Amino acid sequence: MAPDRRTFLLETSKLLVLTAAAAAAWDYVVEGAPEQAPGYDDTAHWWAMLIDVERCIGCGRCVQACKAENGVSLESQYFRTWVERYEIDPDDPEHPRVSSPNGGYDGFPPSQRPGVKTFFVPKLCNQCADSPCVQVCPVGATFQTRDGVVLVDKEYCLGCRYCVQACPYGCRFIDPETHTADKCTFCYHRITKGLQPACVEVCPTGARVLGDLKNPQDPIHEFLRTHKVQVLKPQMATHPKTYYNGLDGAVR
Amino acid sequence: MPPFRAYEHLARLALLFAAGTIVFLVVRWALVPADYGRFGPYRANALTEIQARPIVYAGQAACVDCHTDVAEVRRANTHARISCETCHGPLAAHAADPAVAARKPDPRAVCAVCHLPDAAKPASLKTVVFDDHADSGPCTSCHPPHAPQL
Amino acid sequence: MEGVQGFMYPNEMELQWGLLIVLYPFITGLVAGAFILASLERVFKVEAVKPTYRLALLTALAFMVVAPLPLQLHLGHPERSFEMYLTPHRTSAMAMFGFVYLWYLLAVLVIEVWLEYRKDIVLAWQRATGVTRLAYRLLALGSDNVSEEALRIDDRVGHFVTIVGIPSAFLLHGYVGFIFGSLKSNPWWSTPMMPVVFLFSAIVSGIALVMLLYLLTGWWRRVAVEMVCLDTIARYLLYAVLIDFSLELLDLAHRIYEADESFKSLDFMVHTRLFVSQIVLQIIVGTVTPLVLLTTARLVPNARVRRMVYLAAGLLTLVGIFAMRWNVVIGGQLFSKSFLGYTTYKLVFATREGLGVSIALLILPFVVLAAVIRLLPPWPVRPHAG
Repeated sequence: MAPDRRTFLLETSKLLVLTAAAAAAWDYVVEGAPEQAPGYDDTAHWWAMLIDVERCIGCGRCVQACKAENGVSLESQYFRTWVERYEIDPDDPEHPRVSSPNGGYDGFPPSQRPGVKTFFVPKLCNQCADSPCVQVCPVGATFQTRDGVVLVDKEYCLGCRYCVQACPYGCRFIDPETHTADKCTFCYHRITKGLQPACVEVCPTGARVLGDLKNPQDPIHEFLRTHKVQVLKPQMATHPKTYYNGLDGAVR
Repeated sequence: MPPFRAYEHLARLALLFAAGTIVFLVVRWALVPADYGRFGPYRANALTEIQARPIVYAGQAACVDCHTDVAEVRRANTHARISCETCHGPLAAHAADPAVAARKPDPRAVCAVCHLPDAAKPASLKTVVFDDHADSGPCTSCHPPHAPQL
Repeated sequence: MEGVQGFMYPNEMELQWGLLIVLYPFITGLVAGAFILASLERVFKVEAVKPTYRLALLTALAFMVVAPLPLQLHLGHPERSFEMYLTPHRTSAMAMFGFVYLWYLLAVLVIEVWLEYRKDIVLAWQRATGVTRLAYRLLALGSDNVSEEALRIDDRVGHFVTIVGIPSAFLLHGYVGFIFGSLKSNPWWSTPMMPVVFLFSAIVSGIALVMLLYLLTGWWRRVAVEMVCLDTIARYLLYAVLIDFSLELLDLAHRIYEADESFKSLDFMVHTRLFVSQIVLQIIVGTVTPLVLLTTARLVPNARVRRMVYLAAGLLTLVGIFAMRWNVVIGGQLFSKSFLGYTTYKLVFATREGLGVSIALLILPFVVLAAVIRLLPPWPVRPHAG
């Protein structure tokens, strides 16, 4: 190769390598450290939720509070949390009748059918420890925080809807205003300030209880030890962190 | 090995691809947010953005802070563990600025939400058929809302 | 909500992926299938189909270019779609697919078309004037070397690219199948067979399309088609349809026999909401009828009649494959994951995700193909050294 061309190539490669190194260094400087809510250490918590099916009265306050607190559309296809009513006829246990009128937002009309096993089941994001929704997001717009909450970055989400398809529980939806994915966040903006999630705050019977599995003093540990507790669709192996006490086998 | 002239066009193609790759890398360096990847494959600033959302419900503690007298009345009665905002609705605006009015719930409708009978409700909850129980007056005419058990 | 029967989780009532997402695998399937047909001649030395080699390549390219459009139109934020290339989430099949698409478009299709056409481009450059001259010069990357040795090297490299291209084509469309098949949340989609079924249905659709284009361009140009070529393509189409149909029957037999928790709900859906699209269009009209037509065509001595039979078989096959995409995508969202209810797909005409846009997107690749054919005519075909 002619010496001129060789020198040229050598000099160009040197320049490229130095530019790349400088860019990386500049990145590091510019990145800075994002500030968390003051006083909140996200490595000190591992959030979970306890739902006591035996206490839920289907009043729908949780659904209302969630929509108000999180600015969720009032249309009937978008819920971060909702309540279902099951009516199981003893003659036909394979086919429970399930209803969730407007997600239970205005409560439920009185049960019509006597002699039927009937109860309410509140549903929300299970904040799965091995979440399939996080796995399939193509850009990292949905992620699990270090304290165990699965969040959606609305500034980054493309609205491809893959995560909505991947959730086995139907917890996700696309916000009709922002066109990004949305779901229950355990009211992350509240729990990081020491408050309760809105649904827990307004539940009149204590059917919803937030728990911190990393806190040895949290009553959830004792509860899980002394009660028969289930999760939804355990065969999906998503390791949900929403535990149900008194969950009937018919619940889907 | 054939002379360079024979495959010179392929070298041009390779150079084009290399240039394209470099352009891609430069664009990537310019556009990827600086905080991406700090804690995992996501924008670290998303955490702070989500945490910064203003609250709409004040939380029980905020109510008790000022309304210690009501808290005292409720403490010994059945509604003690029910949050104020369950019946009064979201109150963060009122807690931040007491000049903002707090809602007084309808003294029959709000009681009906929980206390009307329904087979799906657990037996431990006291329910009553409103039409049989009293005339159509407000529940609060007999049951003080903060100490309803007579 | 109207259109909902039984119980669905409240967030499930509206479909997430609509007609645009049905279009996408249909279009990329045509790309992969057309390319496989082209590779029959280039790599597997099936000389009979050589007249369609260039046409198949250009078809693959034209459809490949249009393929991302339905995806872009369906996104909530299309302006953020480049994030998939900047910060791809490595556990996401969708993110990785962005690179598979890019690889296939640039490293396989574009290079192969360029190498195949380089001599024609250089000749056209030398003949042209004005802006056209500049266009051809750019296409040639400024190199006018078309010596015997250079063309021989092009042939060897092109051969190598096609060899790499075959597994790349498999990856391209198998990946789309994987995107659906890897979702454990959806029992209609979740099966390891999904990539294989998608791939073979892609091959079927691509071969059918090129066969139709060969027939139609021949008729348009008033040039006789070579019956040996057409008969060979039809033969490969028959083989592909047989394999594809066997795979689908296997999936069906497996579901019926195993009868897991989802079976009753899915069975009911197929017999009611998917009856027309699955039983009638996909199976009877789109698979069994072409099978019969293609099998009996081999016994028909009259070339003109055989051409009519192939035309019908090709069109019906494309309808069948489109119906298959519809049944997978839409069908997978019509039932509730609680297995207690069903919803309906509301297709409107005049929105970003509506029928009007979809029809336009189906026409667009043909417009692109017509433009590419003007620029790089697939006729006549020059011989390959191999």
